[in-house]
Amino acid sequence: MATIATVLFNGVAYGMLLFIMSVGLSVTMGMMNFVNLAHASFSMLGGYVLVVVTQQLGLPFLVSLPLAFIIAGLVSIILERTVFRYFYGTDDLTQVLLTLGLIFMSIAIVTYFWGGTYQQISVPPWFTGQQDVFGLTLERYRMFLVAVGAVLAVVMIFGLERTRFGACVRACVDNARVARACGLNTELVFAVTFAIGGGLAGLAGALSANLLGIDPNFPLRYLVYLLIVVSVGGMGTITGTLVAALLLGVADVAGKYYAPEIGGFVIYTITVLVMLWRPHGLMGRRA
Amino acid sequence: MSTITEPATATRTLANQYFAGLARWSIWEILFWAALVGLFFVPDANLPLYGQIVIWGLFAMSLDLLLGYRGIPSLGHAAFFGIGGYAAGYLGKFGWTEPISGLVIAALLAGIIGWLTGRLIQRVSGIALLMVTLGLNLILYDIVHRQSGLTGGDDGLQGIEIAPVLGLFRFDIFGRTAYLYALAITFVLFLVARALVKSPFGLALLGARENPRRMIMLGAPLERDVTTVFAIAAAFAGAAGAVLTQTTQFVSPTALSFQRSADVLVILIIGGTGRLYGGFVGAFVFLFLRDWLAELSPVYWYFWIGLLLVVMVAFFRNGIVPSLETLVGRLRRR
Repeated sequence: MATIATVLFNGVAYGMLLFIMSVGLSVTMGMMNFVNLAHASFSMLGGYVLVVVTQQLGLPFLVSLPLAFIIAGLVSIILERTVFRYFYGTDDLTQVLLTLGLIFMSIAIVTYFWGGTYQQISVPPWFTGQQDVFGLTLERYRMFLVAVGAVLAVVMIFGLERTRFGACVRACVDNARVARACGLNTELVFAVTFAIGGGLAGLAGALSANLLGIDPNFPLRYLVYLLIVVSVGGMGTITGTLVAALLLGVADVAGKYYAPEIGGFVIYTITVLVMLWRPHGLMGRRA
Repeated sequence: MSTITEPATATRTLANQYFAGLARWSIWEILFWAALVGLFFVPDANLPLYGQIVIWGLFAMSLDLLLGYRGIPSLGHAAFFGIGGYAAGYLGKFGWTEPISGLVIAALLAGIIGWLTGRLIQRVSGIALLMVTLGLNLILYDIVHRQSGLTGGDDGLQGIEIAPVLGLFRFDIFGRTAYLYALAITFVLFLVARALVKSPFGLALLGARENPRRMIMLGAPLERDVTTVFAIAAAFAGAAGAVLTQTTQFVSPTALSFQRSADVLVILIIGGTGRLYGGFVGAFVFLFLRDWLAELSPVYWYFWIGLLLVVMVAFFRNGIVPSLETLVGRLRRR
């Protein structure tokens, strides 16, 4: 019983990471129909911001997290303004190839500066080790992850449902053309959403560096997970992304724990079946 | 009586003339294939590399049938390449060493699995389609990768034996037989693909790519056509995989990795879709560039491939072959 609960908990922690990593992609894909594979590179960028800030500048871990968010957000808004916005009207395949090219470039750039090996990450001592909660022994760092993920999920769902900017975002997801016709500055909404999404990806990269490790192949390794979360959850929905990320996290951890020999088979099969059953995702609305 | 049949025969003659016009060979096509044969006679030519290019070209052509002519993107086309490759490998390993029949069996197997996949995906489109093809590719890779007792895992399938082609030509270490074998198989399959895309079936595919709703109004069996073309494309990809296995006497899980699916897509896009030749031109550019860049900067060459991709989709969205065609057309009009 205790092992089941621990596996479940670890799965939820992993799922929270996937949620923070992919929620921006989900919203921007729902909004602009833009398939941005380079979103995974933003996560890697966040991870390397953490490496530079904590190892080379010697600043504390908690300072590096907002920095990862800000820098990844800045880079994503620069890319959005200079490159991506010229590709909003093109087909899925063109966007896939464009952003795949950007991933290749990001991998080479990172290898050039930091080499191809895994980076050593050290977290503050109060994050390491385990803690007894309700008779379960849980890792402190994973508890921190679950807390951060839960707070972010609540903030985002609340922000989307209750704030003015959230209403603008929802309007753009539902029908960008009509939103523009109503006088909404959709370009601005796109750009800000893109920056927030990219920043969250960077934050997730920094948070995951300790758990998943950070190296130049990070984007290619987690790209498939990102795509699975976004497509299974349904583009443009935050709750859908959360549900899909938690499902995937638990399924992956449980699969690796109980049946390591079948590997990724379970999650890939679930993905294919969900996509055949509901092509717009579990919570996606029909486009 | 004759008033009814006469227009019908007239239409028929017109249609026949139309398809005959479509099927006419241009001078460029003849030059292209002559050049490929000519490469064999160039002294000190890097035939193993050219053989690779021809095989990749065939593989990309199979994807072109799907993407260029029907507009269905697939992120998992390497699955069929790998199925063909492993089928040919197992046949060679367990005593069926005759290459041509082995190739036919491998292609048929890939085609059958492609047909089943086509049944599965015939109603799906957009992101869901990309995810399903990608997912199926990953599942297959996972199985092959993990069942190392059966497949040799990462070490690949060892001990594949292939008999001389037609009982006469052994596969030598200089890749001379391999090149001609790959070229001959590719040319035969190219002829089939060419006949296919210039037939009424090919035009129906193009119509469905351009305007599916209109094609439904005309009574075209859209979903059946998708399944058919998927099966054909899979069989061709399987044949490409089988040729690679037979000429190298080796096959490993990289043959059906996602990386390979992405590479073939990149090759086709560089060369240009919907022309059948795009894949060959793309393979030529991609493999030469990869060889050259990898020599220049072994660690960072992916940067340049990435940049090439970005520049291609930004400025030459059509790819090399269609861009050249427009250029030639413009020069001629002057």
